[in-house]
Amino acid sequence: MASEPSAGDVIAVEGLTFRYPVGKEDVLAGIDLRVRNGEFLGITGSSGAGKSTLCLCLRGLIPHSLGGQMKGAVTVAGRRTTEVSPAQLGESVGLVFQDPEAQIIGLSVEEDLAFGPENYAWPRDRIRERIREVLAMVRLEGLETRETYSLSGGQKQRVAIAAALMMLPQVLILDEPTSELDPIGKEEVFATIRRLKEERDITIVMVEHAVEQLAQFADRIIVMDKGHIVAEDPPRALFRNVELFHHLDGERVPQVAEVLFALERDGLLQPDQFTPLEDEAVRVLAAGLEGRHGY
Amino acid sequence: MATDRDPIVAAHGVSFRYAGSDANALESVDLAIARGEFLAFVGQNGAGKTTLAKLFNGLLTPTTGDVVVDGSSTHKVGIDFLSKIVGYCYQNPDHQIFSNTVREEVAFGLKHHGVPAAAAAESVTEALRLVGLEHQADRYPFLLGRGERQKLAVASILALGPPVLVIDEPTTGLDLGGTRSIMRLLRQLNESGRTVIIITHDMNVVAEYAPRTVVISKGRVIRDGSTRDVLTNEAALREAFLRPPQITRVALRLHERCGFPAGILTVDEFLTAYRSRAANTTTRAAARPASRGQG
Repeated sequence: MASEPSAGDVIAVEGLTFRYPVGKEDVLAGIDLRVRNGEFLGITGSSGAGKSTLCLCLRGLIPHSLGGQMKGAVTVAGRRTTEVSPAQLGESVGLVFQDPEAQIIGLSVEEDLAFGPENYAWPRDRIRERIREVLAMVRLEGLETRETYSLSGGQKQRVAIAAALMMLPQVLILDEPTSELDPIGKEEVFATIRRLKEERDITIVMVEHAVEQLAQFADRIIVMDKGHIVAEDPPRALFRNVELFHHLDGERVPQVAEVLFALERDGLLQPDQFTPLEDEAVRVLAAGLEGRHGY
Repeated sequence: MATDRDPIVAAHGVSFRYAGSDANALESVDLAIARGEFLAFVGQNGAGKTTLAKLFNGLLTPTTGDVVVDGSSTHKVGIDFLSKIVGYCYQNPDHQIFSNTVREEVAFGLKHHGVPAAAAAESVTEALRLVGLEHQADRYPFLLGRGERQKLAVASILALGPPVLVIDEPTTGLDLGGTRSIMRLLRQLNESGRTVIIITHDMNVVAEYAPRTVVISKGRVIRDGSTRDVLTNEAALREAFLRPPQITRVALRLHERCGFPAGILTVDEFLTAYRSRAANTTTRAAARPASRGQG
């Protein structure tokens, strides 16, 4: 299912299989995947599909920090993950997890952000300057001395993203970064990610169940099931495959996609009117009610 | 004594302040919950939802005001009494699981309450049957999937037979199949007479399952009413950092543009309303062929 290899790929995964030490079956069962530099790739699918395991492989924590059997090749930012340590890979690949509480270490925002670069022995002035830069990127300017416990959920998750950005990564991997956040916190995180992609050309790989936002922001989405990639397309084509999602039962399509697909089957809308995007869907649906076709 | 017509749980002018804090976590909360209701507490991270729920089972007692559970003030009765009436399921089921088998986990609370072994075994079997884990009784809890661990946490509460269940974030971390499964279980427990209170960020879950919604923002109840009224008031939700489900938002925008019904909560409701409108439009459009194809 992978697209053709090209020089602009920042991630190349070939024939990747992985089995945990106590596992009886492969959690990843032959993954082929390429991600272009600057692309926003969404990953979705049911629990146990292998999404988080794939993230750990891309960050080099598999095979280095977790046991198990890995086969195949993973190349990220020009480095084979088997040939460099996670610490080395950490200079070009950042990883953000689901639970903001679990990944914030520092008592204050600046202490938390300094933690990574201090381990890489950056000079103090450079750390301070970089903290100012990343806080601006996640729109938390001036919060250097705030105590991390007093931040909202959305702010904490943006601090976690800022911490991952400290090392100027080429690739940012996020594993369900918004699932513990309220709806506005979700929006804050998605807005931040979109800006990073547009203004900084960072490649984004994001595991998410928030399909309505993925439809809006991702360039391409893969759907995983039982260790395989079962679908791979830009959002408009992917979410048109409503029947695949019904069949998988692990993930839904955006509600507007569900509605437009059903109305198309009724003969009330034309196939070319389909969209997974809310604003476009409102125009199509309004036009349908006003007795007009198209926009 | 309390009668069946009295609320099972009521808060009268309740404020609460955590020790060492200089602000109230809850402020002047008045709320009455009738037996057999299914309601949702919604609000931003840190709004006070969990604090309010902990006041119901005596984990916390009000700083001022009174919480009355089944006719008794929580100032006057202990947690042993209250935990038999209000079962509280923590946000992360893994934080409350500590036994070596599913059966022992569910039996723990009964043992703690001094229930004789034979009666306890019966309650455990019944609780496991209710949540659909009867065939997993001898398994190690952490080998269950996340959705099953959530059900195990519910079973542990159910074994004590409380008429009120408070489930904090029942669907966080679950995929679509897991979400449906736990929510159908809660609906079933409600239909068999239990009062169910869920605390959640997931507005789609609220729209589909909870007839009543209480919006909490900065420690205050800012909205309390039918879910249809609450979720279609976009401005009030925004004040609490929440958004209606996508399909509700789309219906509201179509309402403004062309008088589409505003009170839509689910995809099915939307389709029913749209089909009936579209049928009328088609008839009118057919009578005026010149109006077609414009726009």
